[in-house]
Amino acid sequence: MIPRFWRKIKYRYDIVGSVCENCGSKFYPPRNFCPICRRRSKIKEQRFNGRGKVLSYTIVHDTPDEFKLNKPYIVALIELDDGPIITSQVVCNPEEIEVGMRVVKTFRKYFEDGEDGVIYYGTKFVPEKIATNAKNF
Amino acid sequence: MRAGIVSYGTYIPRFRLSVEEIAKVWGENPDNVKAGLGVYEKSVPDLDEDTATISVEAAREAIERGEINPERIGAIFVGSESHPYVVKPTATIVGDAIGCGNRFHAGDFEFACKAGTAGIQACMGMVKSGMIEFGLAIGADTSQSAPGDPLEYSASAGGAAFVVGKKRVIAEIEETLSFTSDTPDFWRREGQPYPSHGGRFTGIPAYFRHVTSAATQIMEKTGYKPSDFNYAVFHQPNGKFPVRAARILGFTKEQIAQGLVVGYIGNTYSGSSVIGFSAVLDIAKPGDKILLVSFGSGAGSDAFIFNVTDLIENYPRVPAVWDKINSGITVDYGTYLKLRKKIRLKG
Repeated sequence: MIPRFWRKIKYRYDIVGSVCENCGSKFYPPRNFCPICRRRSKIKEQRFNGRGKVLSYTIVHDTPDEFKLNKPYIVALIELDDGPIITSQVVCNPEEIEVGMRVVKTFRKYFEDGEDGVIYYGTKFVPEKIATNAKNF
Repeated sequence: MRAGIVSYGTYIPRFRLSVEEIAKVWGENPDNVKAGLGVYEKSVPDLDEDTATISVEAAREAIERGEINPERIGAIFVGSESHPYVVKPTATIVGDAIGCGNRFHAGDFEFACKAGTAGIQACMGMVKSGMIEFGLAIGADTSQSAPGDPLEYSASAGGAAFVVGKKRVIAEIEETLSFTSDTPDFWRREGQPYPSHGGRFTGIPAYFRHVTSAATQIMEKTGYKPSDFNYAVFHQPNGKFPVRAARILGFTKEQIAQGLVVGYIGNTYSGSSVIGFSAVLDIAKPGDKILLVSFGSGAGSDAFIFNVTDLIENYPRVPAVWDKINSGITVDYGTYLKLRKKIRLKG
């Protein structure tokens, strides 16, 4: 579990995905092979800017044990301004989210591996209208 | 050009808990508490926020505003008394999250509420010696307080990050010094979840002695008097101490008003004086002179004299610290207990 996570730290702490320079397709999580261009694929790592809008969302009421304290929480499909559609948690009250809403990345804790285990961090999103650290506040 | 602040960023969690809500649970009179402490509400971190996430958000704001290439940051020091790990530095998490590569000096500082300003001094030294181009100093906390303890009214969460360098400086550090002694006014032993403190009579030998000594000595060393400063910021464990320290030293209420943030977000510990200082930078004009004096229990104070430069005029300062302070939403005491994990769960 721990090695699996730390190999992905770069991609989870920020939205680092990949782009195929041959066809322009963008991927997150990053791919090292473009399924469209196949052997002509020219994959390059790219950091996406972390802004986008909510395409759809669901509110999770029945959670795995490790997320019991967080319920209800929101998982959304987010279309990044400069990247692909990604799945992420959106941090706000369920009544604050709506389709089409602008969101911005935020650095949060995913979960803790018990009281003495590793703490897993990564990217979540927060609505721009409540994000105090967004530029266009 | 002297070394100084190139950029700054802050982060204050969204939730607020009022004095009324706490006093109701413990059978105390909220008006007495507010009058006694000068604190009205405090910030509360979300379940998925801690010192590392607050540090990263503040650091990202500083990097974005200053248009700093993270790979040119040669040192990261995170000052806190609530590092998520006892062993494993918060600075490593910040480094990877801001993408500054792997070649940087890093470490976590702990000196109660002044570990953030200690980080600024360390970065300043490394910048001045030429070891690094930019250093990142962060003061952040999600401070602990036992339920029912008077500390519960003020112990809160937040942080500020500063990029220190010699180029594009918005506030140069003219002078800094520290006043330190072994004074056990407040402590937390290894493995203990909540801090302990000496109670009501520790103010004079701890806070006031260190803050006023550091402030007096830095003014003596530089030849300045209180009226030479446009703003002064003192560590804010509550709303009373910094006001009294200012009065003892000869500063006016107007000089400290902009940086006095404790009343509405509580004591953010390592973030406290540096969030206040950031609020001052939000409105500072070229030529302004600012005195910053932090305090950390145990005990010590770091004093700084900053001179604001012309570059601050074109430096992006929105959203301002006071905008962030005023954009909180309140939670009840039960939610606060859950958010701070003060409820013991089965299994």
